[in-house]
Amino acid sequence: MSGNSTIGEAAIRAGCQCYFGYPITPQNELTEYMAAHLGRKKGCSFIQAESEIAAINMVYGASLVGARAMTSSSSPGISLKQEGISYLAACELPAVIVNMSRGGPGLGSISASQSDYFQATRGGGHGDYRTIVLAPSSGQELADLTHRAFDLADKYQIPVIILGDGMLGQMMEPVEFKHEAPEELPIRGNALRGAKGRPSRIIKTFTSKPTELEEINWSLFRRYQLIRKEETAFETFLVEDAKLIVVAFGIAARIAKGAIKNARTNGMRVGMLRPVTLWPFPSEKVKELAKRTRHFLVFEMNMGQMIEDVQLALEGKGEVSFYGRPGGVIPTPSEVLRVVSRLYHQKGLESGK
Amino acid sequence: MSSGKTGSKIKGYIEIDQELCKGCQICIAFCPKDVISLSDKLNSSGYLPVLFNDSGECTGCAICAVVCPEVAIEVYRG
Amino acid sequence: MRKVYTRPRLLKRVPFHYCPGCGHSVVHRVMTELIDEMNLGDRIIGIPPPGCSVFAYHYFDVDMAESAHGRGAAVATGIKRAFPEAIVFTYQGDGDLAAIGTAETIHAANRGERITAIFINNAVYGMTGGQMAPTTLSDQVTTTTPYGRDTKIEGYPIRMSEIVALIRGAVYIERTAVNSPANIRKTKKAIRKAFQAQIDDLGFSLVEILSPCPTNWRMTPLESWQWIDKVMTKEFPLGVIKDITGKNDAD
Repeated sequence: MSGNSTIGEAAIRAGCQCYFGYPITPQNELTEYMAAHLGRKKGCSFIQAESEIAAINMVYGASLVGARAMTSSSSPGISLKQEGISYLAACELPAVIVNMSRGGPGLGSISASQSDYFQATRGGGHGDYRTIVLAPSSGQELADLTHRAFDLADKYQIPVIILGDGMLGQMMEPVEFKHEAPEELPIRGNALRGAKGRPSRIIKTFTSKPTELEEINWSLFRRYQLIRKEETAFETFLVEDAKLIVVAFGIAARIAKGAIKNARTNGMRVGMLRPVTLWPFPSEKVKELAKRTRHFLVFEMNMGQMIEDVQLALEGKGEVSFYGRPGGVIPTPSEVLRVVSRLYHQKGLESGK
Repeated sequence: MSSGKTGSKIKGYIEIDQELCKGCQICIAFCPKDVISLSDKLNSSGYLPVLFNDSGECTGCAICAVVCPEVAIEVYRG
Repeated sequence: MRKVYTRPRLLKRVPFHYCPGCGHSVVHRVMTELIDEMNLGDRIIGIPPPGCSVFAYHYFDVDMAESAHGRGAAVATGIKRAFPEAIVFTYQGDGDLAAIGTAETIHAANRGERITAIFINNAVYGMTGGQMAPTTLSDQVTTTTPYGRDTKIEGYPIRMSEIVALIRGAVYIERTAVNSPANIRKTKKAIRKAFQAQIDDLGFSLVEILSPCPTNWRMTPLESWQWIDKVMTKEFPLGVIKDITGKNDAD
């Protein structure tokens, strides 16, 4: 099943009731999948909106009334959704936003890239807010993390971004779906369902009293700290004895894993840390790894964005090198192996220093 | 509450919430019986509200209430 | 003596923040009265995007939610699609519906979304201090057309109701005004028909309401109410612009 269709199927099985999208390569198969499989499902709704802006605001509307809602796009389209995401975050509304990112900036290319890391993790919209950002690196993870995205969104009443890429979206891989679509989903307590038998309800943040908005910010940030503590997720690979740790996420991590296996057969003690939640970033794990390993190589398909989070986490207690290919270029494992081994020898790591 | 001033049969009267009124005077313009006039005493928001002249002319037609942007007028009819 | 007129039940007992003579609060009163009469109070959801009326949720005692500027029609679409039993209305100004939100308005109508757009046309951007709106009349002075709107440069006052009437998903469109008792009553009747079109699942409905804005028109309240008849209705004629609901007059 193609990655894009996997996300669609996983979303339906997670109880997604509304999907509002807009065509953009390389994620069209997801929009098409939802048109075919969600559009006619009882109690569900599919719209190909007139723009990505309209689509995110439709998600906002559906979330207001307690529905599980999702939209998807790719890089330029996600830029158009930033204001809507800020509103979702401000009003504590759950939603799932999928970015199968492509080369940028500008119209960019339709090939896979990771140059939207900052946009996703730093929040491309206005105001102090955060969104949970999940980075799948395989077809199976597309299924698992899509399901998780809906649960996390509802659990913390927060927009969740799935940061995939064009390659993951197009790749056909075997996938196992571990969930069935729920018959009935409980309606969120504070949803707008019409003031029947209860006082009317307002969902908003606009206020003329800055102290009110300040309190909203404080309460959101208390929740972000809780998420950081509870939901940070990552994968480690051969790090126990590693002298050099590659830090990579998503498709780049898969490419790097191939290189690391070859490096190991050549006697190089190389490992990998793969953040699965890009926000919250696994800073504690980086600090812990830095106690035993001094050298880190951050490998991304961009000009270097996640590297900043690694450097922040290390606080100077470690040497960080970078290797990146922007513009939608897909590096090969052998290419990464050359970089790893050159670095390994430059730093004199083979002599067991 | 009925006004006994002229003792004639009262057809209707209105009550104007002095605090809600912002003195826009639209009601004065539309009242067919000219029984509303501007007060010279400021309300707490600093507006000059309007006053009802209970001269028995008021028919309780409610035009003033229909046009009042502040929904500050209640109307009674005999 | 019995009370024949009082503040509508669904209009919260708080003073309005609107300027003296403003049309918004008149529309609020008309709508809350109507919502109660049609007993929609417990299933209606209102969306007031930014504009002077963004604070409508302080006055309407029904479920309301904020929307981004211009995105009212899209938010309302999302609500209606996710919860079809709700009666959904947007309460938008001319900037929101006919400038930044034009695409959302046209396409919501084109999909025949069962929502009702309440479109307050006061020919300026009120909340932000009286700038030109898409419906600003030619030669009208605003803070961004200080020499009067020059149609050669700033274009013409846009007739959204007539434009939306061309969209086949739109089933009921009427333009009214709130500058006289008769027009206020017509406004209430128009909104009733628009809500009824939504209740009867017929399609998209739009009520454009010419509304006085004394402060930004630099007029007294009464002058602004009169200006609508004398000038504005020449550009924006009142009346039913489209009615394919197959219903004769409701009452």
